[in-house]
Amino acid sequence: MSILVNKDTKVLVQGLTGKTGTFHTEQALAYYGTQMVGGIHPKKGGETWTGSKGESLPIFATVAEGKEKTGADATVIYVPPAGAADAIIEAIDAEIPFITCITEGIPVMDMVRVKAKLDKSNSRLLGPNCPGILTPEECKIGIMPGSIFRKGSVGIVSRSGTLTYEAVFQTSNEGLGQTTAVGIGGDPVKGTEFIDVLEMFLADEATTSIIMIGEIGGSAEEDAAQFLIDEAKKGRKKPMAGFIAGRTAPKGRTMGHAGAVVSGGKGDAESKIAAMEAAGIKVSPSPARLGTTLVEVLKG
Amino acid sequence: MNIHEYQAKALLKSYGAPVAEGVAIMKAEEAEATAKSLPGPLYVVKSQIHAGGRGKGKFKELSPEAKGGVRLAKSVDEVVANVKDMLGNTLVTAQTGEAGKQVNRLYIEDGADIARELYCSLLVDRSVGRVAFVVSTEGGMDIEAVAHDTPEKIHTIAIDPQAGVTADDVAKISEALELTGTAAEDAKSLFPILYKAFNEKDMSLLEINPLIVMENGHLRVLDAKVSFDGNALFRHDDVRALRDETEEDAKEIEASKWDLAYVALDGNIGCMVNGAGLAMATMDIIKLYGKEPANFCDVGGGASKEKVAAAFKIITADPRVEGILVNIFGGIMKCDVIAEGVVAAVKEVGLKVPLVVRLEGTNVELGKKILNESGLAITAADDLDDAAKKIVAAING
Repeated sequence: MSILVNKDTKVLVQGLTGKTGTFHTEQALAYYGTQMVGGIHPKKGGETWTGSKGESLPIFATVAEGKEKTGADATVIYVPPAGAADAIIEAIDAEIPFITCITEGIPVMDMVRVKAKLDKSNSRLLGPNCPGILTPEECKIGIMPGSIFRKGSVGIVSRSGTLTYEAVFQTSNEGLGQTTAVGIGGDPVKGTEFIDVLEMFLADEATTSIIMIGEIGGSAEEDAAQFLIDEAKKGRKKPMAGFIAGRTAPKGRTMGHAGAVVSGGKGDAESKIAAMEAAGIKVSPSPARLGTTLVEVLKG
Repeated sequence: MNIHEYQAKALLKSYGAPVAEGVAIMKAEEAEATAKSLPGPLYVVKSQIHAGGRGKGKFKELSPEAKGGVRLAKSVDEVVANVKDMLGNTLVTAQTGEAGKQVNRLYIEDGADIARELYCSLLVDRSVGRVAFVVSTEGGMDIEAVAHDTPEKIHTIAIDPQAGVTADDVAKISEALELTGTAAEDAKSLFPILYKAFNEKDMSLLEINPLIVMENGHLRVLDAKVSFDGNALFRHDDVRALRDETEEDAKEIEASKWDLAYVALDGNIGCMVNGAGLAMATMDIIKLYGKEPANFCDVGGGASKEKVAAAFKIITADPRVEGILVNIFGGIMKCDVIAEGVVAAVKEVGLKVPLVVRLEGTNVELGKKILNESGLAITAADDLDDAAKKIVAAING
């Protein structure tokens, strides 16, 4: 089992015809035949996209048309920042159930506009500014390197792209493998939060342990910890390891991710680590020991 | 991107917010004519630097008893004397660090009779994904201290982006600030104005501390701090024009030209990484092994060989850098591109300090091959832990 995406997921690409969209669509098609079913381009509807190895996909003028003709239930967005919010809104209007936005650098006010729309829809948005989602040997949406994955039992959720890869790589090396890895993204306003993903991992039978990687800024990790405490009281609990990036970041500086800033005395690493430990998560002091920390937890 | 107080006030004034009359000067000779152009008889002379705590700050060049970076003057002569005392000197505040910041601009403003000092800011409340007003009756002080000591005195009112600031929202904000009479009337126009400015200019923070109620009952913006969303600057030429590069780190400016995220820090290990999370984790692990990073440069996802080389050069240009750690986990970023960029940069500017490289992910074998065949003195590392240990050991000799 897995969460959100599997071998049946059919994916449209918004921004397929650009360099980034093309590269990652080729990678996705090569990853256990992820069902990439078409691209969207307002002016190139009716044309055909061709990859470097001769792969081809139909291009549709709108998301709605693409959905109707392919039966797609997901889109992935590689549109540049200035147009990315409109691309998300187009996917919401087309009632796409699962939208992943990879684009980094979308203005926050645009995401405020998207969020208002999203809250009134039935769509789920992953991202923006995220690496996407991957269910090993079934479906790869986004930019995660497929080669480091191994089918297995760990659910991984992270605010950071590259630290997601660290967790995947290390759990593969430990022989545990993954059910699904989800990058929720580093922006302050986003579609999917830790709690949403943790809820799904707790419900997924194949997921027998979880790694959660947070970073400084905001209170999503504290909220997630409280959620886990509440669920544990209901008897829902899985072994977890975690990490918080930015323990040593200077206060008041935005550390690369727009959302990674300690301000107003909130969002620092220590309070997040304390909250996660209180929820029963073993927090590794080093990002290089995520895999071994989880193994220790599983050994009890 | 941050701007100066006087720029923030001019911007708010253009939206119709009540701001005192004032003029910014960069030369002491301008002080007298400027003061005479204002109503008087009370003036305020304010240091314009991108850091808070100016009032309690001290000038390095002056005696410890000298007044701070914000001064009251009761005559034109006093304005002139204070300008001469302050301009060109270095102001050290709680936010500038020990080095302080040189005061190159002063803002001379008409004084006000203050009845009450309030706090009002707008920011994006990430928990609800909306712009929110954060207000408190405890204005004019360090709001972080208020939040810590008396959290019940801070009120957050989030605004529905589709409705904007409603009469109901204004009533809630006014109630939280205990506004009555004339001030409550002023509030009906002021709060929607602030929200409009925040939205239209893509601000990330608009902080008015204090917002004052004057003796005559009217509201006035007495101080203003504005930061803009760097990701939205592409659509605001007018905002970009307000940038004061003398307030920024020269290397951060050079990095921004290449669209690299560069953060200057206090240690002596230069870091080149991809991804903000990995950047922070790399810092953390260096500290775990007892050293401090001098900087980090995030090359992001789709960097070219030239961009990687530029990043490497920016890192090595910092004289405090005694060793370099390159830590890449390639997703979009291909390891061979990183390797080519590093080799090209080293060939151009040389390598005077130890270099540890850890590569993993897309095209990792090709990347390692390029580094091995370059003939350069590069120490390869297997993983993040190994990389941090090796660079710390290399520096410790």
